[in-house]
Amino acid sequence: MKKIISLTVASLLMILALVGCGKKEAPADSNVIKIGVFEPVTGANAGGAKWEIEGIKLANKLYPEVLGKKVELVIVDNKSDKVEAANAASRLVDKENVNAVIGSYGSSLSIAGGEIFKNAKIPAVGASCTNPMVTLDNEYYSRVCFIDPFQGTVMANYAFGKLNAKKVAIVQEVSNDYAVGLAKFFTDSFKKLTGDDKSIVAVANYNTGDTDFSAQLTNIKALNPDVIFAPGNFTESAALTKQARELGITAPIIGGDTWETQEFIDIGGKAVEGAIFSTFFDAAKPATSETEKFIAEFKKAFPDKEPAGVSALGYDAYLLIIDAIKRANSADPEKIKEAINQTKDFMGASGIVTLDENRNAIKSAVIKQVKNGKFEYLDTVNPTK
Amino acid sequence: MNLGTFFQHMTNGISLGSLYALIAIGYTMVYGILRLINFAHGDIFMMSMYFAFLGVAVFGLPWYIVFPLVIVFTGLFGMGVEKITYKPLRDAPKISILISAIGASFLLENVATVFFSGLPKVFPVPEIFARVIKIGSVSIQVISFIIPVVTIVFLIGLLYLINKTKTGMAMRAVSKDYETARIMGIDVNRTISITFGVGSMLAAVGGLMWGSKFQQITPLMGIMPGLKCFIAAVIGGIGNVKGAVMGGFILGMGEILLVAFFPAYTGYRDAFAFVLLIVILLVKPTGLTGEKIAEKV
Repeated sequence: MKKIISLTVASLLMILALVGCGKKEAPADSNVIKIGVFEPVTGANAGGAKWEIEGIKLANKLYPEVLGKKVELVIVDNKSDKVEAANAASRLVDKENVNAVIGSYGSSLSIAGGEIFKNAKIPAVGASCTNPMVTLDNEYYSRVCFIDPFQGTVMANYAFGKLNAKKVAIVQEVSNDYAVGLAKFFTDSFKKLTGDDKSIVAVANYNTGDTDFSAQLTNIKALNPDVIFAPGNFTESAALTKQARELGITAPIIGGDTWETQEFIDIGGKAVEGAIFSTFFDAAKPATSETEKFIAEFKKAFPDKEPAGVSALGYDAYLLIIDAIKRANSADPEKIKEAINQTKDFMGASGIVTLDENRNAIKSAVIKQVKNGKFEYLDTVNPTK
Repeated sequence: MNLGTFFQHMTNGISLGSLYALIAIGYTMVYGILRLINFAHGDIFMMSMYFAFLGVAVFGLPWYIVFPLVIVFTGLFGMGVEKITYKPLRDAPKISILISAIGASFLLENVATVFFSGLPKVFPVPEIFARVIKIGSVSIQVISFIIPVVTIVFLIGLLYLINKTKTGMAMRAVSKDYETARIMGIDVNRTISITFGVGSMLAAVGGLMWGSKFQQITPLMGIMPGLKCFIAAVIGGIGNVKGAVMGGFILGMGEILLVAFFPAYTGYRDAFAFVLLIVILLVKPTGLTGEKIAEKV
């Protein structure tokens, strides 16, 4: 009796397994266009990605159709983890059969998913990932934001020109491709500006998830830098800024676009007052008519929140794909990709998007500062091309 | 490096070390009495911080009311976890209860992620803890003075409990031989519950101190401290409370000094703990205090 039962169960399981996997979903239902949203919903990068996803959702709400077909968002969570990113990307292209992808917040995650999108020949548009490696050698990946060689230069110029820094210490999130890349571009730029190879007095590392930076900061304090450049995720950056102030370090602390989240101010509190960073967009200076539309919709949906740069970029990434579909007059991923790569003078909420030969957007950077618990606009830096 | 910087590093090290020690005490106590490595300890530590967050941010109570409440509540919470996940397996092979502990750990982490979202929250630090004192060129947070003091106080309290009270005697009896203790009329269930309660309360104290020092809480934050404090307990001789404190200090100081003297290896600071674990297990597996666990025939 036992043997019969176990045999039945075993064969049932086998049948279930065979039915469950293997069958590839039929090619996309031709009445629906699916756009994959490849973002970290959980994990270290979730805080920043949340607003990027909201921007994308807002765009989908305003422009839910193209070519007479409904556009559906398929959100997958890459969990801020490179391995999970590969899995999530595979799920989008194999199981969900998306026509295009938006994402990811976090260049490491985009790079991890990039290979898979390339092999599946699905176009992906990055909203806020700034590391150049995301689009390098991958004609299926493009982005609506600037890249770190530009961003690093912007901050280096600011440190040298406006903050009169001669010596800078760098504290970088070494397990994050974005942070390491940005630090390197800043370093190259700053060394050229000062003409002094030793102007970067220290490079301290920390890992994602670290909470204690006292040792690194104590060493840096002894070297007395004029400015500290700390590219990295906002959680760790806020914590390290706090610890720096507690240790008695008074030098200005500057960083990159990942700092533009409300949590940075919440966690950092008084310690992050005066922190300066580069970012993509300022709501008070609408770049195009689309910007005004975006801001109006954003304020309706989130009445007590300032529109963040990444929301505008997520919004633009979505709009860019819709525009490409219109131009290609087709929902075929290959044709969408061709149309995307030819984008010129596209009116986005975050500015006018023209993609260069590496499919990166040529855009201006905005410098902001934390003043009285809010992000305040300081300056705009235009690309020198 | 100059004297000022060195002193700063030493203060950082003592601060971190006593924090690790505080959490390691709870770990080692549960192991010493129940021979169970409570992998969920790190997550109870994490939950206590969220309870404090709820108490202050959601219910709006002042910290001096919330903190003691959190300690008591976490103790009860720990006892609840024990009743659900460990009690049914008390007579099962040790491996089953270990797996159950790992399961409890995952459950707590994911429940916290669902309820509190993965985004970091700000721990409600009492104003006086956050102040910074400057001595010469060395800056120390007030909390960094408080943590070693709290650790020593609780260490003494725990040693008193274990060695000089009836409950403590019951705990020691249960740890030696739980069957015989039961025959001798000791209420084993109650003793084990109390052990867990005390262990969880210690985790809560550790959590409140950690939250006050680092000020941000995420659902997965208990994993690394949990692992490191387990290693600290092993280094000191698992089961021995004094050893756990020693282990905690060694680990904390070691981590800080590694980064201080070899900045190039900062990325390896977590690995340092694990390397130390491997070394100790190879060289002196019973830990520095040589706590021998007699094999029953």
